[in-house]
Amino acid sequence: MKFSVSTKRLAVRYLLLLFFTPILSAAEIPVIAAASNLKFALEEITTAFHQETRKSLRISYSSSGNLTRQIQQGGPFELFLSANAHYVEQLYQQHKTLDRGQVFALGRLALLTPIDSSLKLDVQLNGLKQALQSRQLQRIAIANPKHAPFGIAAREALQKQQLWHAILPHLILGENVAQATQFASSGAAQVGLVSYSLALAPALKNRVRYLLIPSSLHQPLQQTAVLLNNAGDTANLFFHYLQQEKARGILARHGYTLP
Amino acid sequence: MDWQALALSVKLSFVTLLFLLPIGILLGRWLAYRQFWGKSLLQTLLALPLVLPPTVLGYYLLVAFSPNQGLGLWLVNTFGTTLIFNFQGLVFASIIFNLPFAIHPMQRAFAAIPREIREAAACCGMRPSLVLWKIELPLAWPGIVSAMVMCFAHTLGEFGIVLMVGGNIPFETQTIAIAIYDRVQSFDDHAAAVMSFSLLLFSMLTISFTYWLSARSERTHD
Repeated sequence: MKFSVSTKRLAVRYLLLLFFTPILSAAEIPVIAAASNLKFALEEITTAFHQETRKSLRISYSSSGNLTRQIQQGGPFELFLSANAHYVEQLYQQHKTLDRGQVFALGRLALLTPIDSSLKLDVQLNGLKQALQSRQLQRIAIANPKHAPFGIAAREALQKQQLWHAILPHLILGENVAQATQFASSGAAQVGLVSYSLALAPALKNRVRYLLIPSSLHQPLQQTAVLLNNAGDTANLFFHYLQQEKARGILARHGYTLP
Repeated sequence: MDWQALALSVKLSFVTLLFLLPIGILLGRWLAYRQFWGKSLLQTLLALPLVLPPTVLGYYLLVAFSPNQGLGLWLVNTFGTTLIFNFQGLVFASIIFNLPFAIHPMQRAFAAIPREIREAAACCGMRPSLVLWKIELPLAWPGIVSAMVMCFAHTLGEFGIVLMVGGNIPFETQTIAIAIYDRVQSFDDHAAAVMSFSLLLFSMLTISFTYWLSARSERTHD
């Protein structure tokens, strides 16, 4: 095959362009660091936000503890949505945030099993206890309590019901609460103690059974939004949008209690 | 299918190759022809990424390039950016963990060129750069190509280190491997299945291509 010189030059130029320009003008779209439990609510809120303001956001999901570590290490985030207030306070003490942030919703725990599971779901976790005693329960998924707030809450609930030590050998730890939910919904674990918001996820409809756990079994899961030092206009706008009626309605539909 | 993530992965692989091609040729050739003090130590260091857990490499990169101290702080003060949680950081990490995949096959390819041929070329008065261009590269190219193909595929599939030093930032560090992980955690089994199957096909193609290439070069050498 023979190419003319100008075709070759064009190809070279195109390749150079491909290598050295960022994909889209992505650099201008602010990045939000968000706790995994917020995934589906946030998708709806950012869509509504985009429709009203024409502004886009990029979201990086992980456990709040992992995101805190990334923010400490200089991750390029403008807004942090944490699943508890503790991590925000920690970042505030280290001068990584503009202020102490704002609690915009309260998260809830849920017990979740695949739809065909025979496990009894009840708010006192007696079904779990029985399944443990009769050796029917092999695996229970929770988020890793070392860095995931929903994992910490799950541990508190299990401790409160005197189940923690018996359940320890059966625990599977998700990297974050979404992974724990995936373990439980796929049947890889028989049951999960995860976030109510993810149990309500449209993608899990007709695939799981779930039960809301009373909030008295754990410390409040204060979903806290905080602007980081390099926050721009769009991040600021979204921070306020999150606390307005439209966003609050979406959060309520996704199972959050509103402050 | 997350096309953005695929495009990012392909871009990362190409940029990595752009760096590894000259590094691999120079270093591979040097290791193939020269004996020098500390050669075995250097070879050990270059082979390290083969056995080192990606998390170990990831941890050291995070420590080295943290903007709070040392080298990372200096980079931020000098260039305004460091090498974690961005695309440049992924390129740097990819170059490091692909070093053995680039250098080993190239070193073997250069070592397989008979010494007499190179000496004959030198006796005829060819400059070393011309010997490389006219004699060595044409003989070593199957090794070089298969090294590049392996690096390309390896970069496309790298997960642990990308997640650790890149985070999971759309359009910036969310490669196809990370996108699969992300989709599984969003209960989007369909997208995960499509992307996984595409990568499976691509990996099979890659391996068959390198086998075909080495079989072909053995035939011509016999």
